[in-house]
This record gives sequence, C-alpha cells and structure tokens, in this order.
Amino acid sequence: MRPLQPVGNTTRILLGISFFVLFFAAWAVATLGGYVPKIFLADPITMVKDGWLLLTKFGFAHDIAITIWRVVGGFVLAAIVAVPLGILMGAYKPIEAFFEPFVSFARYLPASAFVPLLILWAGIGEKQKLAVIFVGSVFQIVLMVAVAVGQTRRDLVEAAYTLGSGDGGVVRRVMIPMNAPEIAEILRLVLGWAWTYVIVAEFIGSSAGIGHMIIDSQALMATGQIIFGIIVIGIIGLVSDFAFKLVNRWLFPWRLA
Amino acid sequence: MTAGTLTIRGVSRVFPGSRGAGPVTALQPTDLTIAANDFITILGPSGCGKSTLLRIVAGLDQPTSGEVLLNGRPVTRPGADRGMVFQSYTLFPWLTVAENIAFGLREKGMAEAEQKEIVASYIAKVGLRGFENHWPKQLSGGMQQRTAIARALANDPAILLLDEPFGALDNQTRGLMQELLLGIWEREKKTVMFVTHDIEESIFMASRCLVMSARPGRIKLDLPIDLPHPRHYRMKTSPEFSALKARLTEEIRAEAVLAAEAH
Ligand SMILES: Nc1ncnc2c1ncn2[C@@H]1O[C@H](COP(=O)(O)OP(=O)(O)O)[C@@H](O)[C@H]1O
Ligand SMILES: [Mg+2]
Repeated sequence: MRPLQPVGNTTRILLGISFFVLFFAAWAVATLGGYVPKIFLADPITMVKDGWLLLTKFGFAHDIAITIWRVVGGFVLAAIVAVPLGILMGAYKPIEAFFEPFVSFARYLPASAFVPLLILWAGIGEKQKLAVIFVGSVFQIVLMVAVAVGQTRRDLVEAAYTLGSGDGGVVRRVMIPMNAPEIAEILRLVLGWAWTYVIVAEFIGSSAGIGHMIIDSQALMATGQIIFGIIVIGIIGLVSDFAFKLVNRWLFPWRLA
Repeated sequence: MTAGTLTIRGVSRVFPGSRGAGPVTALQPTDLTIAANDFITILGPSGCGKSTLLRIVAGLDQPTSGEVLLNGRPVTRPGADRGMVFQSYTLFPWLTVAENIAFGLREKGMAEAEQKEIVASYIAKVGLRGFENHWPKQLSGGMQQRTAIARALANDPAILLLDEPFGALDNQTRGLMQELLLGIWEREKKTVMFVTHDIEESIFMASRCLVMSARPGRIKLDLPIDLPHPRHYRMKTSPEFSALKARLTEEIRAEAVLAAEAH
C-alpha cells in the first residue's frame, strides 16, 4: 500500500463485499455461538425469517412504500423551496444578508424536537410527517446551495458579461448550469439525512411505516424484526444513492470528460 | 459590427488599501486613442497595470478618474461590443466547443440556423474542425484559447481585448497561435488591444506597440510597427525586427529593474 495509489476495480468491489461478509460473520458468531442473549440481539437467520414473515404475512411492503413516499414527498417540497432560494442567496448578496443569519440559526434546530409541536399543529396524519422531513431538510439545502453558488468562478461570470450576458443571464446561463452537479450532490446528501427524520417521525403517533413497525417490534421484543427494518433502510439508502449517481453521470457528462 | 475607435481619456485606477496597507495606484491618468482596425499591443512588466487598463475598457472594472469612449459612446459596463480573451482558460466547462462559441449568439437571441452557420465558420477559422462536440476539459491549452478567440470573434465585437492570451502556452504553440490570430486579423480587420509581456510577440502582432512603465503604470513609449503585412514567422529574424526588439528590450529592462527595486 502506498498513499493515494489507486486500487483496481475488481479489487475495490471484492474489498467492499468482504467487509459485509466479515460483519455478518462476526454477528453470526456472537449470536449463534451464544455469546449474546437472544432477547437482546437476534441472530442473522432469525432476522431473515422474521423479515420474510413481515413481508409475506404482515404487509411490511406497504410500510416501506409509505415511508418512501413520506421521505420523497417532504424532501421534494423542501427542494422546491430551498434550491431557488439558495441560488438567489448565492447570487445576490443582499438577499443572502437578509436570510443567511436566520437560516443558519434554524439549521441547528433539531427536526426531531419539532415532532411534538408539529403533531399539535398538523395532527398525526401525513401532513405532519411531511412537515418533519421538510423542516429537517429545507434549511440545510438552502445554506449548502447558497455556498456552492456563491463560489461560482468569477472569471466565468466575467467572460459571460463580455459576451453580452446581463445580470439575469449570468445567473441563468453560468451560475445555475455550473453548479448543477454540486446541487445534485447536496440533494443526495440531504436525502440521506431525511431518512433519519422520517423514522423518528414514525416512532410517534403513526399507524404505518418502517419506524412504526420498529416501535411495535420493540414492544414485542422482536429484535429480528427491528434489525430487518434497519437493514431495509440501509438498502434503500444504498439503492437511492446509486440511482442518484447514475442520473448525475447521465445529466452532467462534462464532469467526467 | 464595424471596427470601433477607442478613446481613453484621463483614465486612472487607485485600489483602496486593505488590512492596513495604503491605497495602490495601479494606473496613472492615461490618454490613448486607438484607431479603427489598429492592432495595439501593450507591453510592460508584470504588475504595471496592463490588466487593469484592459478590464476598465471591457467594463469589468471602473476607473477612479477619466472615461472610456467606444465610437464616441461612454463605456459603463461590460457588453458584447467589447469581446475579451483572458489568460486563464475561461471556456464554460458544461458547454461543448460549439456551444461555447455560440454563447454570445444565443444571448443575442439569434436564430438557431444562423448561429450554426457562424459557429461553423469560426470553427474552421481557428482550425478546430472535428472538435465541435468536445468538452473543454478534453482540449489542450492552445485549443482552449483558440476556442476562446472564436467565441469572442463570433460575437462580432467592435473591439477585441486580449489579456496575455498565450501567456500559459509553450513556445511552439504560442508561435502558431500568433500566426493564427494575425492571419484572422489581416483578412478580416478588427480593432484589437493585445496585452503581453513577451517582446517578440508585441512586435510581431502589432501595428502599434505601447510600452508601460513599472507601477504605478503609465504609457511611456508609443511605437508604430511599420513591418509589412502579411507577416510570416520568418520575419522574426529580419534586421528590422531585430532592431525593434533591441530597442524594446532596453525600454523594458529599465522598467523591470525599477519594478524589481520597488519590491
Ligand atoms: N482588485 C485589486 N485590488 C487591489 N489591488 C489590485 C487589484 N487588481 C490589481 N491590483 C494591483 O494593481 C497593480 C496592477 O495590476 P495588474 O493590472 O493586474 O497588472 P499587470 O496585468 O500589468 O500584471 C498590481 O500591483 C496589483 O497588485
Ligand atoms: Mg495581468
């Protein structure tokens, strides 16, 4: 091994998979070998069996669908508000001066702490779940997009001006296309965080969703089900990450050239 | 657009000091008139205010005093009538070579078909056929600057401003680029302001060469270059060329010494 020396593609995949294998092996040894009591931690085989039961008998697929819909719904609403505002803040400094201090403050308000308040305001229906995701995501996206757009290369902006662009043209034809890949990357990152908010939101006052299943399982001491739920979230995260990357590669070929 | 006449009247630039340092006079009050279709080179040691002067003409910077007139109209902000090529590579990385060249045409709202025609003609003029759909990243430095020149010229500006456009290129490439740009100018004519710190370049390209003094910059010498056109690279070894080169070398050396002492 030498610093920064690249690793081959096959080796990379093999190494990545081998850690998963190692992780599951350690888990299997700890549980099946009797080192950890069953009621605290289910073994991998029980976990898979519980998962299968959940999916076939208890309609867990519906819970998964509900949770995905909540995350995506709340997240899309947040992005619709936050991306344009972030772009305006990055481009126009007075707008940034107006919003930035408040947004910076609001970003540190924990979304999960808003759950009780949002239940009071919006009840325990879908509106409240979407609101939690929205509150948790919107400020993060605004700030990160504003920073990215604010760092647009000056020389490219000047080049556009000398080619006849006006102020709006510079925003539309330089700042936005130049930062689009960065904005997509920000959305990918924040979507990951949104998953933590939705689970918390589903712990309280919920009748469906992955988080609801996890809380129900806790009451039954069904650790296999809990772990299965957590693993499902991880897998969905991996898949959505991968999809995001594929779409980005397709949307922004100039990045890879 | 017809070639423009540029008038610079008493233009100076003082940068306000920052962090305890006093204000910096980058450019002393400067008067200059550039006739239509002239090719002016501006030669001077680094830090003497060449870029500052060019940026003021482009409208990217505001003079502390004085004014710039293009065809009699005052310059207040950047515009398509003053095309610019920068030393740093400023192609838009998300646009292909052809899209980069069409940038200004699209801004004007020109019809697609007309854009295509103009882009194709400039692609040919700067020798980039076959690279229309390449991303800037895939091009060498020389090719990127050729694209940048095509992008500025496609807009048909009244004056073309170039700030050390070949400064980052290797010697051979730079020589070829000089011939390419000069060839275009000889065929099409255009008012050009070309900043450089390369003495040979400043003679070879110019119909008139201005030498700037060390900071604070002012124009200390205004030298017509009466070498015949079309020019060929072999001219660089002619006695007339050598005489001009010797003369400018002396002038520049004196300034470089002053600049070095000031630091
Ligand atoms: N934005 C700026 N703020 C402060 N000083 C500047 C700025 N731009 C240029 N200067 C100073 O003005 C002088 C002339 O700069 P410049 O025109 O870039 O020189 P040149 O292009 O001839 O090398 C330099 O001393 C430089 O440090
Ligand atoms: Mg300069």
